[in-house]
Amino acid sequence: MGLLSKKDAALITDPLADNNPITIQVLGICSALAITAELEAAIVMSVSVLFVLAIGNVVISLMRNIIPSKIRIIVQLIVVAALVIIVDQVLKAFAYELSKTLSVFVGLIITNCIIMGRFEAFALANKPWRSFLDGIGNALGYGVILIIVAFFRELLGAGTLLGIPVLGDPIEKTGLYALGYENNGFMIMPPMALIVVGIIIWVQRSRNKALIED
Amino acid sequence: MENRTDKNSYTIIFAIAMVIVVGGLLAFTASALRPKIDNNERLEKQQNILYAMGINENEGSSAVFVSTDKAPGLFNQYIKKQIVIEGDKVSENDKAYLIDVKKEQTSAKAGNLRKLPLFIGEKDGKTYYIAPIRGKGLWDAIWAYIAMDENMVVQGAYFDHKGETAGLGANIKQRFFMDDFIGEHLKSNGNFKGINISKSNNDPKNEDKTDNEVDAIAGATITGDGVSAMIKSELKQYVPYFDNLKNN
Repeated sequence: MGLLSKKDAALITDPLADNNPITIQVLGICSALAITAELEAAIVMSVSVLFVLAIGNVVISLMRNIIPSKIRIIVQLIVVAALVIIVDQVLKAFAYELSKTLSVFVGLIITNCIIMGRFEAFALANKPWRSFLDGIGNALGYGVILIIVAFFRELLGAGTLLGIPVLGDPIEKTGLYALGYENNGFMIMPPMALIVVGIIIWVQRSRNKALIED
Repeated sequence: MENRTDKNSYTIIFAIAMVIVVGGLLAFTASALRPKIDNNERLEKQQNILYAMGINENEGSSAVFVSTDKAPGLFNQYIKKQIVIEGDKVSENDKAYLIDVKKEQTSAKAGNLRKLPLFIGEKDGKTYYIAPIRGKGLWDAIWAYIAMDENMVVQGAYFDHKGETAGLGANIKQRFFMDDFIGEHLKSNGNFKGINISKSNNDPKNEDKTDNEVDAIAGATITGDGVSAMIKSELKQYVPYFDNLKNN
């Protein structure tokens, strides 16, 4: 390895597959349900979480020796909330259009259990650089699942990808719709996100038996 | 041995210091950026109002505003008059677009007379009456700018929301939804009826403009109901003004 030692590289690659925050650690499920009806929203959310988790992990890691253990959860919550609010305000002043798109996600980011989970499980016990990598890795692992789920939900539920119709026009009956295909309205309801996540978990565990718990 | 950070005194001092530092930081950012944010919000209102009367740079199926540097110029050019309606009193006010609809709603609830802003625009010899309205969606506020002609037939609409579900309720600001309102009648046989967001409309291409209904968005029932209720309760208050307009 050139840039990263083997141990450091594992911090990024592990959460992508065998220690995935959503499918293995079962964190961040709530936001996976809420924002995966559309591919674009899933991508925006993934990028936002990447920023907040990487920076938040570093901040918590820097403070790890001075945080009183009795109130550490509150401290973590304040750090992430302050970070998100400051970023939101800066965007509102300098990139108003972007902030409009992101404002919906602000609340979801603050309460995302992946963020608190990584602060608590990793950043409080590790040095800043390793915490930074852990943040990147977990956010990517989260993003991958979000994007896979959103891909299927948007394609099967609305017949579009990133808002662009790919299967024809359901009202004019062109493309696939001319053959009698219909969008499955159920796909855009939250329960289908759970079922798609369930299928991903099933596929993942049947390929790697070591992941199956008794 | 007890750790230094486990002591109660340390915990309390840490908590106090943290509150002061974070509070100060947030207050500083908020007040330093306030003027810029206010200006952005003012420009956005102008863009929204212009959008509703059909002055936009729509491309394909996506809604695009006029750019922020052109918005103030176009706003002055097309919006001929801004008025405030208070009961029977109508007064001109070129800052009417800055009236906070939310504050007016709250003060009306407290029994005060509500200030209803209305923007009168002219484009290609046609007059547009644009009203800002506000209501509740599933999670948070929704609002809209509705452009009408003197018979209360919708000429254009811009919807927005604070926190509706992405891909579902958030789609009220998509063109496929907003464009459905164009040409739709708010009145039926001379009486105000509003526009209902209907799941059983059976008119997906929205060809019937006098049925007081537009097609709902699948998966966004409560947001849709919010839109119906907002249109009904808010635009109703403008009816006396439009009736007066015709009698004169």
